[in-house]
Amino acid sequence: MTKTAPLRVSTPTDRDAVITRVVEAPRGMVFDAHTKPKLVQRWLLGPPGWTMPVCEIDLRVGGRYRYEWRSADGQSMGMGGTFKEVVRPTRIVATQVFDQDWTGGETIVSTDIVEKNGKSTITTTVRFASREARDAALQTGMTTGMEAGYERLEQLLEEITHG
Amino acid sequence: MKPSGYNLDTTFAALADPTRRAILARLATGEATVNELAEPFDMSQPAISKHLKVLERAGLITRGREAQRRPRRLEPGPLTEATDWIERYRKIWQANYQRLDALLREMKSAQKKTVDALVNEKPKPRKRKRP
Repeated sequence: MTKTAPLRVSTPTDRDAVITRVVEAPRGMVFDAHTKPKLVQRWLLGPPGWTMPVCEIDLRVGGRYRYEWRSADGQSMGMGGTFKEVVRPTRIVATQVFDQDWTGGETIVSTDIVEKNGKSTITTTVRFASREARDAALQTGMTTGMEAGYERLEQLLEEITHG
Repeated sequence: MKPSGYNLDTTFAALADPTRRAILARLATGEATVNELAEPFDMSQPAISKHLKVLERAGLITRGREAQRRPRRLEPGPLTEATDWIERYRKIWQANYQRLDALLREMKSAQKKTVDALVNEKPKPRKRKRP
């Protein structure tokens, strides 16, 4: 495998989690990879063994999208939402809610793509319903878990720091 | 995917406070009474009791049977489910972006072929990163 670029996570405001990643491609391509179902189905899959049999995208302000995943052992997961901003090839803003509502209410996900020297920085901002929901997802559980000596969390932090 | 026994919202809400996290960290080293827990925090016993109630409701701690001391102890179940959730979230992003890398490499290669065809040039052999 080639070396993987680092994945950065930060929490600049009370309710936001920001995930940043650089990819080696121009922004138009990155935008397509985020908005064309056939391309989205190739990478937005989650853990190993999952596929994305349903990917419907009505790419316009007010248009809806629907994603469904299935695992090899028959589990399923779904989410969807409505597009609030669509600015090709630099920005997508959409509401997002999982069927199982893991995130403590609807989140608003903004994806910004900035190209420089043939590389694109993808900045994904997830705005949670509340500070509690976000902290829970990103900080609190991790900190507590570490303090409590949860081994796999150290591994997790390793991954955050070194991508 | 939905956790079976615990309500993640309740767990997360309980964890979203530094004092309560510190209490859990303390209890991770062994059970402790309310007095013992109140000591390091410079907080009144009722204030600590309030935090303990929140943690108890979330199933993160339980009370011992001893009538007098009633020591609190950590219940790892909900915490494990919460951290499992976070781990899954993180792993999903990471795995997705690795696949996106591969897809973009493929798209670039396909686009280059098209451009080469358009300008009617002999395609140059491309450098390959992987064998």
